[in-house]
Amino acid sequence: MSRTTRDLLILAGIFALLAALPFLGLPGWVLTYTARIMAFAICAVALDLVLGYGGLVSLGHAAFLGIGSYAAGILLAENVDDFFVGLGAGMAAAGLYALVTGAVAVRTKGVAFIMITLAFGQMAYFVANALSEYGGSDGLTLWSRASIGGRAALKDRTLYFVILAGLLLSVAIVRLVTASPFGAALRAARNNPERVTALGYDVDRVRLAAYVLSAVLCGGAGVLIANLTSFVSPALMAWQRSGEFIVMVILGGAGTPWGALAGAFAVLALEEGLSLATQHWKIVFGALLVLAVLFTRGGIAGLLDRSAK
Amino acid sequence: MSLTLLAVQTLNGLQFGLMLFLVAAGLTLVFGVMDFINLAHGVQYMLGAYLTAVLARVTGGFFSGLALALPLTLLLGLVLERLVFRPLYARGHLDQVLATFGVILILNEAVKLAFGAAPISVPVPDLLSGSVLLMDGLLVPVYRLAIIGAGLGTALLLWLVIDGTRFGMLVRAGATNAPMVSVLGIDVRRLFTAVTAFGAMLAGFAGAMVTPILSVEPGMGDGVLILAFVVIVVGGVGSIRGAFLAALIVGLVDTLGRSFATDLLKLVVSAPTANRVGPALASMAIYVLMAGVLAFRPAGLFPSRSAG
Repeated sequence: MSRTTRDLLILAGIFALLAALPFLGLPGWVLTYTARIMAFAICAVALDLVLGYGGLVSLGHAAFLGIGSYAAGILLAENVDDFFVGLGAGMAAAGLYALVTGAVAVRTKGVAFIMITLAFGQMAYFVANALSEYGGSDGLTLWSRASIGGRAALKDRTLYFVILAGLLLSVAIVRLVTASPFGAALRAARNNPERVTALGYDVDRVRLAAYVLSAVLCGGAGVLIANLTSFVSPALMAWQRSGEFIVMVILGGAGTPWGALAGAFAVLALEEGLSLATQHWKIVFGALLVLAVLFTRGGIAGLLDRSAK
Repeated sequence: MSLTLLAVQTLNGLQFGLMLFLVAAGLTLVFGVMDFINLAHGVQYMLGAYLTAVLARVTGGFFSGLALALPLTLLLGLVLERLVFRPLYARGHLDQVLATFGVILILNEAVKLAFGAAPISVPVPDLLSGSVLLMDGLLVPVYRLAIIGAGLGTALLLWLVIDGTRFGMLVRAGATNAPMVSVLGIDVRRLFTAVTAFGAMLAGFAGAMVTPILSVEPGMGDGVLILAFVVIVVGGVGSIRGAFLAALIVGLVDTLGRSFATDLLKLVVSAPTANRVGPALASMAIYVLMAGVLAFRPAGLFPSRSAG
């Protein structure tokens, strides 16, 4: 079995499992928590496009998630409750912020890129804190969810499938993009930007396009999270969350077909599972991270690749 | 906005900047010499604070606590370098980030487990309590002046070591071109170990010095870590001089921004708007500064590598 077939089978398996989950008679909180993981997984998959394939480590992706949530939250607070209007607004707002800040950020590289994306992320975070009409630092509680086509507000189960569809679309988009000539240029620029420039590509523009696309997907995830939790707050944009996305991508295996997805599930399920077992779960989680780095290479996806050899 | 307030806040900014420098100095050397991103550097600051607070209580004096805490932070730096950092030198930055992030989680939680989640307060040592009148209406706590003095003294000492000793020469050479230093027959590994442990102690010292003025609590190093990273990229990775100047700039911009941004804004916009926008702008100030520096000088203000 070729590696591509195997990867597609793994992806199909993950999605089949997620689609079957609501029919297994599990308690409601499992579905809600899974929906939450799926929404964050969209961000991990989106981040992997720039981090894994583009080699650009962004420490500001939580800002795009937050901007998307705030766009959806503010619209709901102003009684605009169509889901797709919120989704469009959230994606557009995140994309616009990425376009403006990314144009500056892609000119830097290495640790300067990490820090400049952190800076732009923090700026969005502090703006959210200052939005006193919309809850300021306390956040904004939403009294109802969005609705689709003028019907009643989204129910838990419908929203679960909406988020699942969002995740599936995001994975598909990232896969299509990375397989395209554009994706080849992006990956090549990670390894040797000079050669890609010599081939006639504008490396900065390729990177900016990937950065904006990634932000748009995160903005969409933000809209989903806002609807799922009926709450938006600046905490969504804290830099620690951007760090958590990076952890998901690296732990899962950066730049692999399903690594970021697996990483998001591994990190969030471990957090929840360990916190049920002990109050001091962070010690165990931290130790697992250290051991995972010291004794594996290429994350969860890399583990499987090596055992297959 | 009065002149006295400006003077007080300038001193506070200076003090904050010098503490940031102590943390950033180790970070920039470790990063510059070994090309190693050590996120666990902020926990060294926290551990320095905790060890001082606890040992001061046990021994009954701040200075005895400090004297015991410093060698312990050095030792902890050595242990961490041996167990976790050394295997990662040859790996990519992302692996280093992930592993040292794990170390943060472990140590933050370990501290909570050992000393509880509640903040610990440490009294100002008797010798340095009280205030002095610097000028008319400007009463400054002696302890704040002591911190400034300690920070400046350490910076001077560091400069003498880095600029005037053989060890310092190797560190500078390592920050410019580590493989070349190795080729010249220097045991780079021992140099790495020394720099890491030394940097850990500096961060621990900063943590120890702030125990009487800040609350000692788990996670207190996380915010400092981010600010230290801001300092080292603004200053230029691997450059002690850059870290020193950038730390002072960041300390002053942040402290003065928080005190005066709202008042300054009132000169141009209406008072209610200024009251809303001011605090947000003040919190953002150092990030705007960093984004500005990186946009025009991606290698920082004082890059140590000529090639960037």
